[in-house]
Amino acid sequence: MLDSIDKKLLKEVADLHEIPQGAYNIRKNGEKLSRNTTANIDIVTKEDKPGIDIIVKPGTKNESVHIPVILSATMDDLVYNTFEIGEDADVIIVAGCGIHNNTGEDSGHDGVHEFFIRRGAKVKYIEKHFGDGDGSGKRTLNPTTIMNIEEGATAELELVQIKGVDNTKRDTVVRLEKDAKLIVSERLLTYFDQTAESIITVELLGSNSSAQVISRSVAQNDSKQIFHLNMRGHTECRGHIQCDSIIMHNAEVSAIPEITALSEGAELVHEAAIGRIASEQLTKLMCLGLNEQEAEETILQGFLA
Amino acid sequence: MLELKNVSVSAKDNSVEIVNNVNLSLEKKKIYVITGPNGGGKTSLAKAIMGIYPVSGGEIYLNGEDITGKSISERALLGIGYAFQSPPRFKGLFVRDLLSIAADDKNESKLFSLLADVGLCAQDYIDRELNASFSGGELKRVEIASILARTLKVALFDEPEAGIDLWSFQKLTETFKKLNETSDTTIVIISHQERILRLADNVILICNGKIADITEPDKILGDIDYFTEPGCYCPNCFARK
Ligand SMILES: Nc1ncnc2c1ncn2[C@@H]1O[C@H](COP(=O)(O)OP(=O)(O)OP(=O)(O)O)[C@@H](O)[C@H]1O
Ligand SMILES: [Mg+2]
Repeated sequence: MLDSIDKKLLKEVADLHEIPQGAYNIRKNGEKLSRNTTANIDIVTKEDKPGIDIIVKPGTKNESVHIPVILSATMDDLVYNTFEIGEDADVIIVAGCGIHNNTGEDSGHDGVHEFFIRRGAKVKYIEKHFGDGDGSGKRTLNPTTIMNIEEGATAELELVQIKGVDNTKRDTVVRLEKDAKLIVSERLLTYFDQTAESIITVELLGSNSSAQVISRSVAQNDSKQIFHLNMRGHTECRGHIQCDSIIMHNAEVSAIPEITALSEGAELVHEAAIGRIASEQLTKLMCLGLNEQEAEETILQGFLA
Repeated sequence: MLELKNVSVSAKDNSVEIVNNVNLSLEKKKIYVITGPNGGGKTSLAKAIMGIYPVSGGEIYLNGEDITGKSISERALLGIGYAFQSPPRFKGLFVRDLLSIAADDKNESKLFSLLADVGLCAQDYIDRELNASFSGGELKRVEIASILARTLKVALFDEPEAGIDLWSFQKLTETFKKLNETSDTTIVIISHQERILRLADNVILICNGKIADITEPDKILGDIDYFTEPGCYCPNCFARK
């Protein structure tokens, strides 16, 4: 069953202390470790390629699906998961990947997640990435997320990578139909010589669709980050990109927001800012008795929360 | 007791002394109001006491201990507090977080009462993020609450009334009186407001980085000529040295 490394990884990526309630599929080192389905949520192993289909029945309310992936052996794991979220369902999906690497060899996971969020459904999707272990081998995570949000449906994405991932390239594509709504909040911390690249493309296809992408990151030491946040308004729609980074030490950050309007009715805004921690903020907290390091940690923690 | 001996603060490029040879002795359980023309050096003096600006000369003593070389954090822990004239905003820090960092007593009921003391409805504000969504006056009041949260030997408030509505202002003056009655704190308020000046045991007038006068509120407020007579001047507007 679960050993202590597994438990730690599961806690970090899925906030799980034990086997979760409701539907779940835990994948360990490229294989299914355990699975549970419910009356409303089915999980089926794909036959043509590695991965699973998660099928949520129309009208399912207040249920959750946990599909964490944990790696404690060095390998290159690749999965394709498909999510079919039925009409008017309202569910929380907790994905995420934790890698423990104590070796000199590289370890990685590439996950392709494709969503079909049917009319009127609501999905909250939480994806956390985490790495640990003392090995010099790299921990690499390259998630691809493709999301189709149908009429009147809503998706809220929380994409978090706070610790221990050496290289990541995340690619997210979202298409929104009429009255569909998207909220993305991305949080990223890199340090040492880690690299992170995030490409988020949002296609506002249907009238009155709306999207908000808020990306906040902290780049420390010699790490490098690149953000390509791209929003295209094809019709009457509203879109907002906000990309906000704190840069420290010798890090490098590029924020490349792009907005394209293909219709007179498209209202698109982008804001991007990169800067060091505001010295006024540090001073304020030190005036309350924190030392400089504590003040810095408080500010970064809040910023990435 | 806070004592300043020949305290000077230089501008960043060392071109001028923005605080020039200030001597002051501030006693416990008293209210001092510092007033004077814009740009006179009031904020700079307060920041020098807090350790935010280094002094270019002189010494600062707190209850006999020389704190001139101490950092901001050390001074804070020794019991000095400063409420900013323009407090910073924070992304991701909430009113609750700031007050919990500040407060000795972190109980929710205590945090609520601090907000009430500055006229903010605690339930509406405790879980708000201190970001750009805060109005100027709201931010200012949270700032003051963060100083009231602490048990201090010296509490400096930099223009606490600025941007504050009349109702909250009333609450604030009562709060200063209460602080004065219930603690030994030396209260220093930088202000341009008559009603704040009335709270003072002593009014300290600062012009051109120097102490121009130390007097009682009545002397200033009862004397219509005070602001037109020589004594307090600024090189540009008051045209008199
Ligand atoms: N960091 C700084 N570098 C250079 N000059 C400064 C600095 N801070 C303040 N000054 C200058 O020092 C003088 C005093 O400024 P200070 O903010 O202390 O005035 P003040 O009395 O608080 O004014 P106000 O009533 O407008 O708040 C001003 O001329 C100001 O421009
Ligand atoms: Mg000032």
